[in-house]
Amino acid sequence: MTNKLGRLRLSDLFISLSVLVFSILCLLPFLMVIGGSFTDELEIQAHGYQLIPKHFSTDAYQILFVQWKVLVNGYKISTIVTVIGTAASVMICAMLAYPMSLKRVKYRRFLSVYSMLTLLFSGGMVPWYIICVNYLHLKDSIAALIIPYLCSAFNVFLIRNYFQSLPEELSESAKIDGAGEATIFFKIVMRLSTPVIATVSLFIALTYWNDWFLGVMLIDSSDLQPLQLLLRSIVSNIMFLRSSDAAARMLSNSLVPSEGIKLATCVMTIGPIVFLYPFVQRYFIKGIMIGAVKG
Amino acid sequence: MNEKRQRGRAKGVALELNRNAILYFMAVPGIVLLFLFNYLPMAGVLIAFKNFDFADGIFGSEWAKPIFNNFNFLFTSETTFRATRNTILLNLTFIVCSTVVAVGLALLLNEVRHKLFKKSVQSFTLLPFFVSWIVVSVFAYSIFAFDQGILNQLLGWFGLEKVNWYNTPKAWPIILTLITIWKSAGYNSILYIATLSGVDTSYYEAAEIDGASRFKKMRYISLPMLKPTIIILSLLAIGRIMNADFGMFYGIIGDNPNLYATTDVLDTFIFRNLRVIGDVGMASAASFYQSFIAFFLVLACNRWANKYQNGSGLF
Repeated sequence: MTNKLGRLRLSDLFISLSVLVFSILCLLPFLMVIGGSFTDELEIQAHGYQLIPKHFSTDAYQILFVQWKVLVNGYKISTIVTVIGTAASVMICAMLAYPMSLKRVKYRRFLSVYSMLTLLFSGGMVPWYIICVNYLHLKDSIAALIIPYLCSAFNVFLIRNYFQSLPEELSESAKIDGAGEATIFFKIVMRLSTPVIATVSLFIALTYWNDWFLGVMLIDSSDLQPLQLLLRSIVSNIMFLRSSDAAARMLSNSLVPSEGIKLATCVMTIGPIVFLYPFVQRYFIKGIMIGAVKG
Repeated sequence: MNEKRQRGRAKGVALELNRNAILYFMAVPGIVLLFLFNYLPMAGVLIAFKNFDFADGIFGSEWAKPIFNNFNFLFTSETTFRATRNTILLNLTFIVCSTVVAVGLALLLNEVRHKLFKKSVQSFTLLPFFVSWIVVSVFAYSIFAFDQGILNQLLGWFGLEKVNWYNTPKAWPIILTLITIWKSAGYNSILYIATLSGVDTSYYEAAEIDGASRFKKMRYISLPMLKPTIIILSLLAIGRIMNADFGMFYGIIGDNPNLYATTDVLDTFIFRNLRVIGDVGMASAASFYQSFIAFFLVLACNRWANKYQNGSGLF
């Protein structure tokens, strides 16, 4: 008996240890970049990136804040795109999902197949690009960063599955009481579907916040660069530093913390996500499980 | 008679649209958006057979003479072959490795009894899923950079010589696989954990009475329970094997030609021709070729999925 208990404990230890190691590996790059962004530039140059800086320094952040206009603009664009995009997209997806979920809608199958096909087949990058630029004139505008992602069939199906689990008698009895279809949808169905709406909103917000494909494809103007694109241009060159007199003066006698700036910008980019993460990840896990019921 | 029936059907459609007018009206924005951004590009694949002129648009441009003109260079180019090979091999490696790790993680987490510990591990492993590929590229650089990278520091401690990773194409299939696992294992494992949490506990109890060890239970109960999910998800992933994750490749590799030998995939190849070189003909031919093969792959994989377990395909 004692032997068995001992063995159980050993296997427990093995299991806990291996998942622990894996989660540390998942976290490590985050800690590295945060640590690196507070490391003295000379130290980075001499010894490489450090997990725990020996000489704590906020130089990189100071220079970044000298350039606050660029950074604030990036935040502004990303926030506008994420907020408007998420609100509009959730609404559009739910409005398409609702008739699909109702048995009294005769052509619901057509709507489902119509959406499903877009998940399966694609015309590829080139026709998509030309349609966006040539026909829809989505170029160098905030709209170009929002509209192409507004309706995703994947999210539509997530919402539809949830709507289907609501009893249809509910809306039918409301109808008998004289409520219109729109009232039923907005006042009853949407309110009962908070879990799935929250999860899908999260999915969409994450897509918008992290996206840079639309930026690379459709945005040339530097005024419209979202945060991710800004980070990308900083990664590829620290050019924007030299364009600023203030930063140049500040740095005239010291080394430009180019590595540090890159890491600091990276931290600023993931900041909102890491900050909100503890509050939202529960919904996220629950939501994927809702979706897991069917495909 | 025939005409009458047709009129009757048209009446039926009108009646239905009228009866549920508001409901259909609600679907309109979504329908229009899917049409513009998904269906129009599907029709736009025609561009591969045209002499594209920006002024005339996709449908107004003249047909290429001969019709496969844009494809001539595509299929004689070594780059096309290389990009196709890289796309398929890398995607296959990603599918296999990330599935193995995600399933392993789910099996192990399923055995963890301590609730808080389990939840924390799940949060930590899910975190990488939340960051963009650009952020990942900064992470990658801080590990693999020549002078400051952590990996070369580690090699230095062991007395080994530094490696210029950004000039070593051979290493990148492994590096990219590790990055894929790092980013997606936590997310993918959620699906498997959901499946496992639905398994009837009496199986485990019965096995326990028969004296099965923990790992035996994982091997002979949990794993078989996951098998359908694993197969279906893998099949659906194989259906998309011609499409590489553009964000990942362009984010991490970018325009670094030193690494093209093992990391140039169809999507980056097409992007380069379209946006950097500006050869729309070549890009559209490659894009058509990719969509064409993907079309049949999706159909085939879906059929296999349905054959394996009825109704598990997407359609």
